[in-house]
Amino acid sequence: MNAAYLIPALPLIGAIVLLFGGRRLREPLSGWLATIMAVGSFVATVIVWVSLLGKQASARSIDKNIFTWVPVNSLHVNAGLQLDPLSILWCLFVTGVGSLITLYSIGYMHGDPSFSRFFFLLNAFVFSMIVLVLADNYLFSFFGWEGVGFCSYGLIGFWFDRDTAAVAAKKAFVTNRVGDYGFMIALFLLFQHFGSFNYRDVLHSHLSGSFATGLALMLFLGAVGKSAQIPLYMWLPDAMEGPTPVSALIHAATMVTAGVYLVARSAPIIHFSSAAQWTISIIGAATALLAATIACNQNDIKRVLAYSTVSQLGYMFLGEGSGDYGAGIYHTVMHAFFKALLFLSAGAVIHALHDEQNMKRMGNLRRYLPITFPAFMIGFLALAAIPPFDGFWSKDAILAAAWHKSPALWAVGVLTAFLTAYYMTRQVVLVFFGQSRWFDHAKERGAAGDHHVYEAGGVPHEAPATMTVPLVILAAASVLGWLLDAPFGGLDFINKWLAPLFPPTVAPAFSVATGTKWLIGLVSVAFALAGLASGVAAWRRAVDRPRLEPAVLEHAWYIDEGVSRTVAGPLTRMANTFSFVIDGRLVDGLVRAVSGSFAASGRQLRRVQTGYVRNYALGISAGAVIILFYVSLRAGS
Amino acid sequence: MLAALLADSSGQALAHASAWAVFAVGAAMILTGALGVVLLRNPVHCALMLVITLFGIALEFIDQSADFLAAVQIIVYAGAVVILFLFVIMFLGVDRKEAISAEPTRFQRPLAVLLGVVALVEILALSRIDHWSAGTPSQSGALSGPGSNVQKLGQAIYTGYLLPFEMTAALLVIAVVAAVVLSRRHQPSASEMSELDQEELLSARRFTPPDQGDQS
Amino acid sequence: MSVPSAWYLVLAAVLFGLGATGLLIRRNVLVMFMCIELMLNAVNLTFVTFSRDLNDIGGQVNVFFVLVVAAAEVVVGLAIIVAMFRRRAAATADDIHILKG
Repeated sequence: MNAAYLIPALPLIGAIVLLFGGRRLREPLSGWLATIMAVGSFVATVIVWVSLLGKQASARSIDKNIFTWVPVNSLHVNAGLQLDPLSILWCLFVTGVGSLITLYSIGYMHGDPSFSRFFFLLNAFVFSMIVLVLADNYLFSFFGWEGVGFCSYGLIGFWFDRDTAAVAAKKAFVTNRVGDYGFMIALFLLFQHFGSFNYRDVLHSHLSGSFATGLALMLFLGAVGKSAQIPLYMWLPDAMEGPTPVSALIHAATMVTAGVYLVARSAPIIHFSSAAQWTISIIGAATALLAATIACNQNDIKRVLAYSTVSQLGYMFLGEGSGDYGAGIYHTVMHAFFKALLFLSAGAVIHALHDEQNMKRMGNLRRYLPITFPAFMIGFLALAAIPPFDGFWSKDAILAAAWHKSPALWAVGVLTAFLTAYYMTRQVVLVFFGQSRWFDHAKERGAAGDHHVYEAGGVPHEAPATMTVPLVILAAASVLGWLLDAPFGGLDFINKWLAPLFPPTVAPAFSVATGTKWLIGLVSVAFALAGLASGVAAWRRAVDRPRLEPAVLEHAWYIDEGVSRTVAGPLTRMANTFSFVIDGRLVDGLVRAVSGSFAASGRQLRRVQTGYVRNYALGISAGAVIILFYVSLRAGS
Repeated sequence: MLAALLADSSGQALAHASAWAVFAVGAAMILTGALGVVLLRNPVHCALMLVITLFGIALEFIDQSADFLAAVQIIVYAGAVVILFLFVIMFLGVDRKEAISAEPTRFQRPLAVLLGVVALVEILALSRIDHWSAGTPSQSGALSGPGSNVQKLGQAIYTGYLLPFEMTAALLVIAVVAAVVLSRRHQPSASEMSELDQEELLSARRFTPPDQGDQS
Repeated sequence: MSVPSAWYLVLAAVLFGLGATGLLIRRNVLVMFMCIELMLNAVNLTFVTFSRDLNDIGGQVNVFFVLVVAAAEVVVGLAIIVAMFRRRAAATADDIHILKG
């Protein structure tokens, strides 16, 4: 089990080496180093997983203390690892998908001047994410939580010389901060109530209703920030300014699922409060629907996927809020596969078209990208929940749980499924079918001085092997991954694996009649197919359909603008007041007054220093006279 | 008996009177000399008036039976220090009269006089309201008793005050070295000068007429 | 019966005041130096007086040391004055006032 230490250690070593020695390593070398470290971490995780498999289900939780981090009076916080089914499951797909994406990045980031900085951040991210999921207490988890936040900031703003990237990075960081306050308040509550942060102490206590509600909602606020739910989802679409592998790894597969992890981990707290459960499921359903509507009308290939991610994260919370944590986690894993696949394929498309991201300027690419096209198609079918691909099974499990919770939630979920199929069809049609529209735009760009566009015969080219190999692996996972938790034949491995964490006391078992299950499945398939069909019908021939693209959706319901106006505007005015009036005039004025008084008194006092030695002697005599006077006074008394 | 008594008392009175007389003469010399130093315009005269003051001090020393110090006072001060002053005055040729009435800095002179007077008044006032001296007598050896003043002083210096005494020896050596260094005319060697300075020096020598050439 | 020590001390005080006043009034560096000698001698006189008053040889020993220090001071001081006059013939204390605020 000592391989457990290697899981966080290897990416940490990689990050440190790349941080200090990255510039000395040649371009591909730092990428390969990072990949080897990530793969090594994955292998270590697999070893730990296998050894856990060999144990009794109830004994599958092992604490590994690295060192005592905060030894303060009665408070002992360890930098410790907790190896249990939940954390190992997360570790498996974080390191697995992380390895593939690191490999992919070697090809994607080829020629970037800051090549090794990218891989430093990737390894640092993998390390932080591992700490986040493996930590055996909330505080150490929070360390990883902030670590992934930092790496996300650094990677979104990787091309910080682009203004949009810098702004997006800032937005992501600040928005996450709002959620982090929730997490921090939850930490304070935990400390006040338990005097401990350890999962072992905290998660096995009985909590009263209102305290549990407050604690659960604060934890969920943290999850909302990290996992881009209403009302803190705005940063995720903007985060697409980062390099595409980053979008795949951090903003689709792993980091944004940290909130899902946190909620799953805190399930023993949440189950004390039905209000919190309702909040989680309603927020999840609402986010799923809202993001899906916005995704129907985006033109940037990555922004569509970004809103889709927000929507799918909403599904995960819907599942968790409905009490079926297994379903939420199942969807998380499946989503990690197919969304990473979609992003990496999109990256290959962007790569092929030399950084063109507007879908309206693509089209007909299926002829030019023989590997990317089928990969994208598989991801598309998985996301659109067409059986037998991944997305169908996990989404079906969630919808069943939602039906059990409330048919209204289920209805929202099904509607979202329809929209999902619709906008993904639109994307596929616009990108891979129809007329090739990139050629004219390429000529425009060439005329504008961008000479290397399509200089190789004017034809988009398939990506190198380092990029296509991960695509193939992820495509395979998207086709077959659902077998991890198939709802029949005793194949529900994930459910069984996680069973010790979610005993009936925490997540009461519910049963939906088999007939109802079939019905739910058939309805959702029908809606998905309807979405697919309507997408094909609407976008097969036309590229611009103004009636289907109302401005309100293109601007994401004007929520961003509204927030800017109501929150950012007054804040900016207040900051200006503080900066220019209070700081500029009052504080600086005080400082200047003090310094000015010293300067003025110095200018006056320097006259005393006449340079005449006899004047100084006069001063000495005056002093002597004063001392004599003092002595006489004392003598008299 | 009476005559002897008379003689004794008259002898005491005589000693008393002579002590007062010595004090008065010494005080007169001191004040005259000090006023002369402060007021006379020619430095040479000042130095000579200083000699008078120093003799007066020596007289007061004798009056208080500090015989050795009186001798040293005359030898070192009057004999060495003042001669050194005079030597410097003559050597530098600065024995011209000083314009005493000229005073470039305002308030200096009235303030100086005022401070002097106030300090004096304060000291006198202090003498009226408190004792002149307070302390335990005979800390480092009695002044009275058998033996000469020189012997007692020597014993004190070479026993209790040996370390300070040795340090004064070092101080004198340092002073001699300092005097030599300060009064020596510094001629920088070629290695201490920058090339530019050397050039300047050479060109200055080249163009100075030989009869006014400064060899130093 | 000798003269009471108060007389000597008043005499010394007057001498000291004269020396101090002279130091402040005169501009010739040599004369200022002599005034310092006056002040030193006033102090010496008080030392001897107190020595007699307290029947303590320490006061006279101190006078001895003051004499030595005064001799050393004169040597160095005169050397400085010589160096100063060598630069400017008719220098007074007021001519040297570059070091000012």
